[in-house]
Amino acid sequence: MATKASRSAARIMMAPAVVLLLGWMLVPLILTLWFSFTKYLPMRGDSIERGLDWVGFDNYARFLSSSAFWPSVQTTLVMVGGVLIITLVFGILLAMLLDQPIWGQGIVRILVIAPFFVMPTVSALVWKNMMMDPVNGIFSHLWRFFGAEPIAWLQDASLTSIIMIASWQWLPFATLILLTAIQSLDSEQLEAAEIDGASPLSRFFYIVLPHLGRAITIVTLIQTIFLLSIFAEIFVTTGGAFGTRTLTFLIFQRVIDSQNIGLGSAGGVYAIILANIVAIFLMRIVGKNLD
Amino acid sequence: MARMTSTRRKIITTAVAWAIGLVIFFPIFWTILTSFKTEAQAINDPPLFFNFDWTLENYISVQERSDYLRFLWNSVAIAGGSTLLGTLIAIPAAWSMAFVPSVRTKDILLWMLSTKMLPAVGVLYPISLIFVQFNLLDTKLGLIVVLMLINLPIIVWMLYTYFREIPGEILEAARMDGAKLRQELFYVLTPMAIPGIASTLLLNFILAWNEAFWTLNLTAAKAAPLTAFIASYSSPEGLFFAKLSAASTMAIAPILILGWFSQKQLVRGLTFGAVK
Amino acid sequence: MGQIELKQVTKSFGNTQVIPPLDLTIHEGEFTVFVGPSGCGKSTLLRLIAGLEDISSGHIEIDGTDATSLVPAKRGLAMVFQSYALYPHMSVRKNIAFPLKMAKMDQAEIDKRVNAAAEVLNLKDYIDRRPGQLSGGQRQRVAIGRAIVREPSAFLFDEPLSNLDAALRVGMRLEISELHKRLKTTMVYVTHDQVEAMTMADKIVVLQAGVIEQIGSPLELYRTPRNVFVAGFIGSPKMNLITGEEAAKYDAHTIGVRPEHIDVVDGEGEWNGTVGVAEHLGSDTFFHIHNTGLGEMLTVRAIGDVSLKHGDKIGLNPRKNEMHRFDAAGLRIA
Repeated sequence: MATKASRSAARIMMAPAVVLLLGWMLVPLILTLWFSFTKYLPMRGDSIERGLDWVGFDNYARFLSSSAFWPSVQTTLVMVGGVLIITLVFGILLAMLLDQPIWGQGIVRILVIAPFFVMPTVSALVWKNMMMDPVNGIFSHLWRFFGAEPIAWLQDASLTSIIMIASWQWLPFATLILLTAIQSLDSEQLEAAEIDGASPLSRFFYIVLPHLGRAITIVTLIQTIFLLSIFAEIFVTTGGAFGTRTLTFLIFQRVIDSQNIGLGSAGGVYAIILANIVAIFLMRIVGKNLD
Repeated sequence: MARMTSTRRKIITTAVAWAIGLVIFFPIFWTILTSFKTEAQAINDPPLFFNFDWTLENYISVQERSDYLRFLWNSVAIAGGSTLLGTLIAIPAAWSMAFVPSVRTKDILLWMLSTKMLPAVGVLYPISLIFVQFNLLDTKLGLIVVLMLINLPIIVWMLYTYFREIPGEILEAARMDGAKLRQELFYVLTPMAIPGIASTLLLNFILAWNEAFWTLNLTAAKAAPLTAFIASYSSPEGLFFAKLSAASTMAIAPILILGWFSQKQLVRGLTFGAVK
Repeated sequence: MGQIELKQVTKSFGNTQVIPPLDLTIHEGEFTVFVGPSGCGKSTLLRLIAGLEDISSGHIEIDGTDATSLVPAKRGLAMVFQSYALYPHMSVRKNIAFPLKMAKMDQAEIDKRVNAAAEVLNLKDYIDRRPGQLSGGQRQRVAIGRAIVREPSAFLFDEPLSNLDAALRVGMRLEISELHKRLKTTMVYVTHDQVEAMTMADKIVVLQAGVIEQIGSPLELYRTPRNVFVAGFIGSPKMNLITGEEAAKYDAHTIGVRPEHIDVVDGEGEWNGTVGVAEHLGSDTFFHIHNTGLGEMLTVRAIGDVSLKHGDKIGLNPRKNEMHRFDAAGLRIA
């Protein structure tokens, strides 16, 4: 509660942030919406100055019916789902492990978290060359060591490779958040359950996992939003080839490579809608936490 | 857990944890190690661990080949500039929301976060058009503005959660003591929130440093930061593992060091206070 | 200097009116205590005077000039907060100097005043420490120091002792009273603790739901509570309030007798019951009496250590001349 004076001061102080973000949101959004209803091929001479032809929902329909669309949706789902499952399962295990008393805990934590701070282009290139190179990569050395034929990861198992790279990048995030959540679990609860005769497994399923529920949901939602728009990892490894063209990358190609702005914008609107569906759930949880 | 654990168990968990930690860290370790090898040693079969002639020649040739320092400076300027600018805009906004909350505060905060969820690719072309229109393409200023806008919701949000921990009575005391709004912010709130502001700056610097959609798509040569510098190594020119490693090490080293200080803030900043 | 007048002041938060129209004059030099149960609006009232909240209608005058729309700093008032609200990043010296610095006073004068305040409040030994290194009582003194250096026309205290432990509270109570005697500045003090109100105030304002129930000196309130609420709120242990048949005997809806105004007699008394819990304090003994047939449990204060125990029969005689009578609306019958 406060006075009128401080309330009007508050409005003024909030204005720059609100106005900037409003502009940042609305201007491109409106342009994208507009383009998505027009034929806009700059390479063939279309331009805003000369006026764009209104084509209604043509772009939306064409984007959906293009042969690349469904595969890209499938790729996106497999990639997001795969990364989520890997990071959550290993994240929970790792968080529980790091919650135990161990020597050098601080250093282990740092080792585990480090990948998060590696910029996406670097992680993609390091994995592509140092790890996954079919001749000189560490994996090929390992494979040969065990007498197996090395794999050309980014060609023959391209989507798996991308999932591995993204999981490596996001595992620290999941682990860190789940670890924070585990540490907030009252150890007396576990002790009480132990006295009540609960086995380690049932302690995990009846106490630890429910306690982590919120954190798991949040990790899922935040990662989904970021994973849906993964870009650099694909850009510098496969360039979208070999079945790694996600929805985001498809839109990117429509806009930049084929310079079909109308079509790309329609795709963009789909992507925005998709992200917003996820975002609504996230907002709900975050919002509840605000009260 | 409060209970005593047997030493045996501790040894096992320690071993497992270290093993996993090292596996996860291995790609980074291997990159750093390789950066000190010659190109021939870098692709030696079997891989060389420590038994090679350490050399700095890769670092020198990376600087000569692609002018690392210029990209580094661009990264520092873009990440630093966007973070500082964002913080300057966010402090007053976060003050308003934390200390003069209204019925709409919560909605505004959530709306701000929702702008962060906007998929970049959906607005790539419009932003490029605007950049062309205002001659911002391949300029540091343009990227500073864009990255500031991208991270502004997180900055506002983080500062808001930190400010909320400061008792409002102290600001009221300052008001009673005759401090004007500007003085209240400058003499009382900001010094009290220094740890929170520092964490916010740190995390957002890291996020801006690693941002790799806009930096790749809106720069060419002049303003390109390290993300683009590294991407230029994606087209191989013969044997180049050692040089790639040196370039990668140089791109991530500054932020790895900073990152280690920001673990706690990471959770707070990236979950919008929903996990504490 | 230091007269505060509230004229038809109201305060609403949204649609809820927390303070209905209220008139109040706080005279110069007076130690006025706002007391009432939590949520009665006493702190809100103080914050309205301070200017930390806007009043919804009405006027506030300070020393005869309209201060309704003045910002807090311009009202010439100093405030001591419940949490002390010290600036944690400043030393004690800087904390005390802060209001003077804001007033752009010159450094020599600031030093003089800060030193004087430190002297008065015994702050000298830790003048260069940060608030975090001080005990609760010391922080309290710093907060008071920060208030007195400004030489305000009135001090506002918002439950300043509620964060201190019991022993310290008694000490600080005396110090604040002492300070008032010496400075002779108007003080407005908010508390929910009626003992603080009784021991410190020149004038007590009893509030309930934003409404002033009674204004008067501590003894006036004790002797002639205007209504049942004040009767029950002032005095410890609480006054016994009895309704029904027994009250009807005295032509009242409710009668009230303070525990100290009931005598324990040998054998049968006017009222009889059995002892429940007996609290032996040495100087006094408080008995909680059941089965009196009066509908309510009675509390009785006996001087000295009276050795009646749980379950004993007890006879009681209320002192008729110390009895309070209230009508059906809860108002005092003269």
